Amino acid sequence: MSNLLEVNQVSKSFGNFKALNNASITVPKGSIFGLLGPNGAGKTTLIRIINQITMPDSGTVRLDGDLLNPAHIKDIGYLPEERGLYKTMKVGEQALYLAQLKGLTKAEAKERLAYWFERLEIGDWWNKKIQELSKGMAQKIQFVVTVLHQPKLLIFDEPFSGFDPINANLIKDEILRLRENGATVIFSTHRMESVEELCDDIALIHKSNKILDGKLVDIKRQYKINTFEVGIKTFDNEALQRELSQKFEVSVANFKTLEDELKLNIKLSNGSKPNDLLSFLTTKGEVSHFVELIPSVNDIFIETVKNN
Amino acid sequence: MNHLPLIIKREYLTKVRNKSFIVMTILSPIIMIALISLVAYLSALNNDKVRTIAVLDQSGLVKDVFKNTEHTSYNLLSNMSLTDAKRLVKETNASGLLYVEELKDVDAVSTHIKFYSEESPSLSLISDLETQVEHKLTDIKLQQNGVNVGMINASKVQVTISQESFTGEKSSKMDSIMKLFFGGAAGYLLFMFIIIYGNMIMRSVIEEKTSRIIEVIISSVKPIQLMLGKIIGTSLAGITQFIIWIFIGGLLITILSVVFGVETQTPQQELVNQAMANPELGMQVQDVVTAFYNLPLTNLVIAFILFFVSGYLLYSSFYAAIGAAVDNETDTQQFMLPIIMPLMLAVYIGFFTVIEDPHGTVSLVFSFLPLTSPVVMLMRIPFGVPLWQQLLSLAILIGTFMFTVWFAAKIYRVGILMYGKKPSYKELMKWIKY
Repeated sequence: MSNLLEVNQVSKSFGNFKALNNASITVPKGSIFGLLGPNGAGKTTLIRIINQITMPDSGTVRLDGDLLNPAHIKDIGYLPEERGLYKTMKVGEQALYLAQLKGLTKAEAKERLAYWFERLEIGDWWNKKIQELSKGMAQKIQFVVTVLHQPKLLIFDEPFSGFDPINANLIKDEILRLRENGATVIFSTHRMESVEELCDDIALIHKSNKILDGKLVDIKRQYKINTFEVGIKTFDNEALQRELSQKFEVSVANFKTLEDELKLNIKLSNGSKPNDLLSFLTTKGEVSHFVELIPSVNDIFIETVKNN
Repeated sequence: MNHLPLIIKREYLTKVRNKSFIVMTILSPIIMIALISLVAYLSALNNDKVRTIAVLDQSGLVKDVFKNTEHTSYNLLSNMSLTDAKRLVKETNASGLLYVEELKDVDAVSTHIKFYSEESPSLSLISDLETQVEHKLTDIKLQQNGVNVGMINASKVQVTISQESFTGEKSSKMDSIMKLFFGGAAGYLLFMFIIIYGNMIMRSVIEEKTSRIIEVIISSVKPIQLMLGKIIGTSLAGITQFIIWIFIGGLLITILSVVFGVETQTPQQELVNQAMANPELGMQVQDVVTAFYNLPLTNLVIAFILFFVSGYLLYSSFYAAIGAAVDNETDTQQFMLPIIMPLMLAVYIGFFTVIEDPHGTVSLVFSFLPLTSPVVMLMRIPFGVPLWQQLLSLAILIGTFMFTVWFAAKIYRVGILMYGKKPSYKELMKWIKY
């Protein structure tokens, strides 16, 4: 099995509202999978179906080849976007309770909690009540509880919200480490820069339909516009721009550099190679900047959602 | 995976360790006993005061009927005018002045008696005076008409009807009182239990919603398991609290009676002593004991447990569903009424109709309707209810209970993940179909 999770043609309606319409996604084993979409697109519904909180009206979900069943609860760790803890319960007690609900024995849970609490340097919180902790501190506990039972599939919904940059980085490193240790991660967020940084695969859900999915690099390749950002120092800017315009599609670019130079976006016509452009440019002046414009996830997100 | 025991344990422990729960558990019986003692003390204080009533009987017919009692002393005035008597009463701070005009005819006297006082006298005082004067005047009139009063008094007869069923079981008036007492206590206990701990369940569901932990929990357990765990855990905490209340209450009463030098003998001993001293009372004590054994005890205990548990679970599943449907406690009002209404109805029917006519149509019907049957049936059972009626009622109750738990679980399942809007009844019905 190369796919850990296969969601096949899943639909779900709430009354007259169709929250998911024949959505299918496949999450490769060991990947970090970005589940994207505007607010209210149906992401949370899909995540809840995977967690067996909501039952789909039609369609199937397979985890590691088997149809989803109650035994899978211990294979999934879920950090919901709307999350909290019992305010009046002590940290340690609460973590033990939640771990036991995921099928760990008390002794196992204690041992692993000790490890994680030490790892995240929160050992002395054990006897504190949640209401005494800050939001970021409570989030750390929630993260630990989510991963404690060593699930095959981790689902994080906006995992970094509420964290300062230092702790966000800490959690990001932990997620990467969990992946290295064999876990598969589904990652739902509106922060495109973290998608860019972490995700191998993405799926985009919009208005209850999946409208895009695949490997991030493939999608980027698909969306690339063959345009290069060029900075060049030359004696006659206008002449060069005129000359380029005859061969390529040219527009003025806007990027920051240390030099004062001519800045252009140049789109290659079909058939021509980047090298052709570069060698032409080197004859005209000193090239200080030459970068292919790769569409960001942000751009792809906005463009795809607008076009649908 | 069955997490029910784990959930029950958590619910129970968090409830029992909660500070306000502990404080209430300890304080409630203390406050109750303190209040009762205060009321008892105040009324004792009131009774200790001896009121003085001045009597000015110018007819001379009734002045010798007034005998001083524990709480009232009579001051017979003579040879003075009404004005003087009034002044004297005011000066001596007596409670009032009974004035009988100087008339010789008994009929005329009976309509010319007045009571003067600063404040309006209590009803009991006036009726007490009236009775005494009435007796005296009646006796005088009887004598005037040539009737021997002594003979009349000697001819008075008291009747006690002893009751016996066709199968030969003896019973007495005391039986009815006993039945009333046990039925009423059982019904009322259930009523109180539902209100107190139903609310507690509801609050606990709301707490899970507002603290947003709910989604984490139900990704691990089925909502119905969580709901049942909550209901059972909270109920166990409730039972614990009840037992502690009974214990502390009993302890306090014992301590109080020792400290304040009230007779330290147990009520039983006291009753026996009194019985020895007073043969008539002895009969009563015996009546109480036989009445107690005349109760269908086994039936009562089994029915109490069954109806109590199913009735309580029926209502508490409603409370859990309401908690799930709303975001905060203030929004619960609109849903509370349909729960409280049948409950109040059941208690009223129990205390008014069942007592009057335990096997009448109204009692019968409401002891089968599932929302009122736990309370009404519990009140009826001491009066003897045919087994088939009890079983039918219980079957209806359990059937309804299963349905409401299913229904409540549906609302619960959807409701716990809904935030922000206050749902209407229409919306709740829609949730059932999700």
